[in-house]
Amino acid sequence: MSKETEHKEAGSVTGIYQELEHWNVNTGDKTIHAKRMPGFFRTVKNYTQALYLLFFLVPYLRWNGKQAILFDITHNQFHFFNLTVLPQDIWMLSLLLLLLAMVLFAVTSVASRVWCGYFCFQTAWTDWFTWIEDKIEGNPQARRKLDAAPWSAEKIWKKSLKHFIWMIISLLTGISFSIWFVDAYDYWNKLVHFQLPLVGWVTLATIFFGTYILAALLREQVCMWMCPYARIQGVMTDSQTILPAYDYTRGEPRGKLRRGSEVVAQKGDCVDCFQCVQVCPTGVDIRDGQQLGCITCGLCLDACDSIMDKVGKPRGLIRYTSLDELEGKPARKMYQHPRTWVYIGIILIAFGGIVYGLTHLGSVVLKVIPERQPLYVYLSDGSIQNKYELKILNKTDSDIRVGVTAEGGVRDQVIIGAEKPLLARHGRSTSFTIFVRAPGQNIKMEVTPIEFRIQSIDDPLIGAEYKTKFNGPSVDLGRRIISGMGNAK
Amino acid sequence: MSEKHEASGDQTTGHVWDDDLADLTNEPPKWWMLGLTASALFVVIYWLYYPSIPFATTGDFFKGIGGWTAIKEMEADVGEVEAVRGKFEARLRGMTPAAILADSELTEYVTRSGKVLFGDNCAACHGQNGIGTHDKEGLFAPILNDDDWLYGGKIDDIHASIEGGRQGMMMAHKDMLSAAEIDALANAVAKGQPTSTPLFAEKGCTACHGEDGKGNQAMGSANLADKIWRFEVRNDKLSDAENMKRLVEGSKRTITYGVNSGDPQGRAAAMPSFKEAGKLSDTEMKKLAVYVYKFGGGQPDAPAAAADTKTDK
Repeated sequence: MSKETEHKEAGSVTGIYQELEHWNVNTGDKTIHAKRMPGFFRTVKNYTQALYLLFFLVPYLRWNGKQAILFDITHNQFHFFNLTVLPQDIWMLSLLLLLLAMVLFAVTSVASRVWCGYFCFQTAWTDWFTWIEDKIEGNPQARRKLDAAPWSAEKIWKKSLKHFIWMIISLLTGISFSIWFVDAYDYWNKLVHFQLPLVGWVTLATIFFGTYILAALLREQVCMWMCPYARIQGVMTDSQTILPAYDYTRGEPRGKLRRGSEVVAQKGDCVDCFQCVQVCPTGVDIRDGQQLGCITCGLCLDACDSIMDKVGKPRGLIRYTSLDELEGKPARKMYQHPRTWVYIGIILIAFGGIVYGLTHLGSVVLKVIPERQPLYVYLSDGSIQNKYELKILNKTDSDIRVGVTAEGGVRDQVIIGAEKPLLARHGRSTSFTIFVRAPGQNIKMEVTPIEFRIQSIDDPLIGAEYKTKFNGPSVDLGRRIISGMGNAK
Repeated sequence: MSEKHEASGDQTTGHVWDDDLADLTNEPPKWWMLGLTASALFVVIYWLYYPSIPFATTGDFFKGIGGWTAIKEMEADVGEVEAVRGKFEARLRGMTPAAILADSELTEYVTRSGKVLFGDNCAACHGQNGIGTHDKEGLFAPILNDDDWLYGGKIDDIHASIEGGRQGMMMAHKDMLSAAEIDALANAVAKGQPTSTPLFAEKGCTACHGEDGKGNQAMGSANLADKIWRFEVRNDKLSDAENMKRLVEGSKRTITYGVNSGDPQGRAAAMPSFKEAGKLSDTEMKKLAVYVYKFGGGQPDAPAAAADTKTDK
């Protein structure tokens, strides 16, 4: 092999390093100072992010003297206005999570990372934090200058004020998070008197530091390096998905606009003004194509449109479009996007399940656990007794008295221990021990099905059933023994 | 040390291998450095907070500024349990077993928490959940979850049995009765019809077991007219003929050699006094009485509803 070819081959390997210059990789060594520009997507983002005001305010909402929405962990209950969901119904939560995940998937497959760009708390908090930074330290140029400047009284004052306000917001975030789980007013009372339980302080500190570190210090690096959703969402888009994209056919070859330029005709519409990069909160260049760092917030669309207006070219050099459309392929119809329909199907199933669950919550739930050691007991008159533990879960707001009956089982059986109505405490499960006694000669099977039924004494609509077993001696032997031994007494 | 990479122009560590591979000297990401710093801080704090230096000089060692010990942690956990149980235990102390039984909340507490107490002190002989234990000579200790009680199944009877213990007694009849007489009596007892043979009255069995053969709880003599036997238990895996044979043999042995009679082949039936043993507190014995009562065989003091009365007693 000649030296020349060797060098050529080595060169083809090292060639990948040449690309380094074109990788606009955010390695986290520089702080991104994004410019804030008004525009349509800026407005949309402001509104969607304002939804997080609910996060701060809803816990103070009262309903019938109690917190309207409360994930009451201490008492294992979830309150939603009139509705109380107990841990037994928590399967609906998993359906809700499935539903939300599928909505995320479906939206992503149609319109890419809508969540990241407009709704994600990381994006929202970072946006607010940088807005504060912008107000205190000035525009991006001023900020970079201040960062590079030596420490002075002004720099210390500006930086301290900024971090102080950030910490206040982080603290409020921690408090607002906490009061979804405990009574809001009670929490504030305990907080100002420094009487929170340890778990309360730990939660507050976790969210406080979490917010401060993630939104104030790490910002877009969370999206680039830490967030798993960013990567999952990225692979859920395809060539049909609409996303903010640079129309390279129209824009290239890009070139700086010059006064009295003589070669205007050769150039594309992109004037290489870098405004799209300037406004990007994650510091990526959308003109490099679809990339991990792009949270599809649309701010570069606003920036580019404003420039296009100024240079007198049509808007939409950067626009929401699909890769197919950019390549001039015919746009497929919605129904030709089967993946989205699968997502929608799963959404409907999950939604149906939740609706079913909420409409079939029931007032009481009965569970009957037969004693296993021993399965049955011989009594002195030759009858057989089974022991059962009745667990009555009363989901209503008041204690209820229930009567116990049994269907099936053994002829002439007697229920012992439920002669008087049982008092099922509200909001929890109450256990009772009852016995069923049956004459030995009537037992025809080793295992006889029996169904217990509880019925509220006061409200005929409240009741529940549970199917279980009555255990006896094995069929033939047991019966012979009982009849053979002293039946003639 | 630091050189520029030939292709990218980035700083490298200066180490080049395989012709042109090199390590770039890019700074690690900020989040990574923050994580590293936080981990390092955590290590230091953890090291200082817990006893972490594995040396002990002159019997002394670094205890950590947190003062943590495994014993303290265990005691805190026990304290948590005691805090839950304490309010119940305090109420139990001044109450009679019957009063506890009348209080559904306390009864619930006792039946839930009594399992360990019963398992530690009673189950060795009476079996888990009172199902009885067996040795090769038959039932070693009585089943507690049926409705047949030698000394009474009322709550106070059960409590008295636990406090004072019980000693069964029946003399050996091998010198008083002929083999044929013993055989006849054993067969009658095994059938649950002791009075079907005139020998039952003639030979004085009635003195202890009563004229109707239903026993006497004051002296602990067994009820021979029901379907529960003290030293034998039905084996559902055997046929009725085999079971009957075992019952007859067992009854023969009891009649011949007696119970706690001093005869080496006699039956042993003794329960220790838990009060004398001093192992259990008064409250614990009360709890056990309620726990045993709630197995299903306990008998109410007052005549209760028809379903609850034991028809054959």
